[in-house]
Amino acid sequence: MKAAAKLPRWAEYGLLPLVNLCAALLLSGAIIRMIGESPWSALKLMVDGAVGSQDSIGYTCFYATDFIFTGLAVSVAFHAGLFNIGGEGQAYIGGLGAGLVCLAIGTWSPWIVIPLAIASACVFGAAWAFIPAWLQARRGSHIVITTIMMNFIASALMTYLLVNVLINPGQQSPESREFGPGAVMPAVDVVLAHFGITFAPTPFNMASLLALLACLFVWVFIWKTRWGYALRVSGQNARAAVYAGISPPGIILAAMVISGGLAGCLGVNELMGSQHRILLDFPGGAGFVGIAVALMGRNHPVGILIASLLFGALYQGGSQLSFDMPHVNRDMVVLIQGLVILFCGALENIFRMPLAALLGGAGRAKT
Amino acid sequence: MAPASPAQQTPDGTPGPALELRGIDKRFGAVHANRAVSLCVAKGSIHGLIGENGAGKSTLMNIVYGFHQADSGEILVNGSPVAISRPRDSIEAGIGMVHQHFMLVERFTVLENVVLGAEGGRLLGRGIAEARSGLERLGREYGLEVPLDVEAGLLPVGMQQRVEILKALHHRAEILILDEPTAVLTPPEAEQLFRMLAQLRDEGKTVILVTHKLKEIMAITDRVTVMRQGAIVHETLTRDTSPQALAEQMVGRAVLLRVEKAPARPGGVLMEVRDLEVRDASGVARVKGVTFSLRAGEIVGIAGVSGNGQSELLDAISAIKTPAKGSIVMGGRDLAAEELGPREARTLGIAHVPEDRLRVGVVSSFSAEDNAILGYHRLAEFNRGAFLSGAAIRKHCESKMASFDVRPPNPRLRITAFSGGNQQKLVLAREIDCNPSVLIVGQPTRGVDIGAIEFIHRRLVELRDAGKAILVVSVELDEIMGLSDRILVMAGGEIVGEVAGSEATEERLGLLMAGVKGEGHR
Repeated sequence: MKAAAKLPRWAEYGLLPLVNLCAALLLSGAIIRMIGESPWSALKLMVDGAVGSQDSIGYTCFYATDFIFTGLAVSVAFHAGLFNIGGEGQAYIGGLGAGLVCLAIGTWSPWIVIPLAIASACVFGAAWAFIPAWLQARRGSHIVITTIMMNFIASALMTYLLVNVLINPGQQSPESREFGPGAVMPAVDVVLAHFGITFAPTPFNMASLLALLACLFVWVFIWKTRWGYALRVSGQNARAAVYAGISPPGIILAAMVISGGLAGCLGVNELMGSQHRILLDFPGGAGFVGIAVALMGRNHPVGILIASLLFGALYQGGSQLSFDMPHVNRDMVVLIQGLVILFCGALENIFRMPLAALLGGAGRAKT
Repeated sequence: MAPASPAQQTPDGTPGPALELRGIDKRFGAVHANRAVSLCVAKGSIHGLIGENGAGKSTLMNIVYGFHQADSGEILVNGSPVAISRPRDSIEAGIGMVHQHFMLVERFTVLENVVLGAEGGRLLGRGIAEARSGLERLGREYGLEVPLDVEAGLLPVGMQQRVEILKALHHRAEILILDEPTAVLTPPEAEQLFRMLAQLRDEGKTVILVTHKLKEIMAITDRVTVMRQGAIVHETLTRDTSPQALAEQMVGRAVLLRVEKAPARPGGVLMEVRDLEVRDASGVARVKGVTFSLRAGEIVGIAGVSGNGQSELLDAISAIKTPAKGSIVMGGRDLAAEELGPREARTLGIAHVPEDRLRVGVVSSFSAEDNAILGYHRLAEFNRGAFLSGAAIRKHCESKMASFDVRPPNPRLRITAFSGGNQQKLVLAREIDCNPSVLIVGQPTRGVDIGAIEFIHRRLVELRDAGKAILVVSVELDEIMGLSDRILVMAGGEIVGEVAGSEATEERLGLLMAGVKGEGHR
């Protein structure tokens, strides 16, 4: 009978996530102790590995950029009341779109190649999301199911293309040939060097700027335009949307196309910023992490930005941890990330009531 | 007083209280829902509890029933204090509650529903058999006969309510709380319910009737308690008071219970509905061959028990739903044949205040200002190129709040932070704002406090006098009779009678609603 307790804004968006994060880390520490490592040095290694040097900061930001794109993708769909689980597949196909442009005209000027490749990534990602959107809007097929299936189809399609079509002739591994020099997204260290600032060379590249612009775009679109208004009405209350003359099927199509386009941009960061070729499985699960990021960031671009940095740090710090601690392997790091998702997402309300009581304002309950 | 000694009789011989509340206090955050409420309900009486929405009467009853816990205060049953921290405790103390929204498992039979919560062991067989004989006995004693082996969801609402009462009696309730029991009943059904309650009282049971209908309080209760803003402001023997006096106590000022209006001067026909048939999602016709017209300068009311096609009729006229057959002609266009949507309907001059405000009329997570443009967000005045103009939207909402006396006048507040009456005023303001020629209003005052009812009715009459056509659908007969110049009665998806507003009586409408055809109708 009790609704969620009401917290002041600072506690809702600052304190509560922090408490949840600490709880997750505490439990992770207990598990690390159980397998015979020191939780304290593990934490130090992780923090150091995530933000301890220019190198690690660069990597953290690089990973965070992936999560921003996929997190925003999930949030735009979410505002329309849709749960887009297909970020992974949309990112994969978006990368194909970027990659094809880069392979075709990669020797041209970057001023032409980069915008075209970004546009192509968006279009490919959007097209991949359009299929389940259309099925939902016109046929009523549930988008959670269809987007999951589209992930598998994307994976199979990319494997086929890389093995049979795009593979660099005379090579064993299923990868395309390297992109031309015009298709390289400038690394941040290179750009900073122009201004006389030295920064360690890392994959941290200008796609991060694109990610920030995407945050701004999503914020403006969702909260400042009449299309965003219609999208939110439809997501919050489909019957009110119909009443207001808004067509929910139209909103489903629009929201998913934007969502897919955002997810597709992951390919720009990964392929043009780091790998410089199309290869197997480059999204590496970032599409799914995007769900956790959106959840933790409360589907707000600022929250998503912060959550992405946190997950980027976990990702990078976790790699460092598994590298330095003999008993901690890659799976252990996934476990820690899982705990963070569990506490910040699924269990986010366990500390809400105690916190509300602690802060004096007793919970507001409604029948 | 000696603790825990059952005080059935007071020294002067009158029955002692069956239920006594002492200093019940409850806060929900900043809202002080109950302020030191003390209440005595005499055994073997029917006690009325009235108050506006948000006066705290539901909270109080939910505390008695164990849905909420009081911050402080005591509950005494038959003179002994009881600790009630969940519904089970209150059932054991002999308290039963019939909620406004029935708590029946629709796919269970009546018998299974009654046994729920009193299964009497791991295996159902014995409990069910006992319940069957017990229910048959109760049915005979109180004239509460209900088919026991029918799925509860298939019964008419009046019967479902009976099941709820039986369930409480089967759980050995001595104190029966009914929350707005007549909201879903036809007048004859309500009368039947009251006869039943009177009989229960005569058998020595205690009944607490929570309602906002003054007429019911006057008709059936022995004592009445008025709540306002979480506190008890008035308590009296029912025979010593009048509806007017009670209404003033509820609102805290003098109120007008009747709608004041001059005779209508109907003009030309604005909307013509002909042979309309509307089907639901499973293809069942809910509106069957309805024909009527709306003229400028009149209020047409549609009376009927809810669920007789009124909702579907509203959906069709506001173009939310495309009818299966028939025509809705307005301004030379046929909404039905052209399959127009709500967007086109608005541009044709049809405004619509939906029945289900919270689920259709507003987006409950949005602020007041964002809700004030719902359906009108495409208008140029709210847009600057691709962007919505926050300043224009705020100004619009502020001016609507001022002219419709919406309190508190804060456009940024979430719509759910407003009372039902203020939400409704805002919705009405929004729909009237674009100067429609036809206004369709579903349940204009559902969940709306008395003070706001008066305001809303006055606005509707003003709009009529400005030459608009208004169609009102309401389950409140008093409202229909007070507002309408013409009344159409719906039953089973058809219009079964038409009565002039001035000639309407409750009996006449009640008979038509129950399906007895009117003389004047062919």
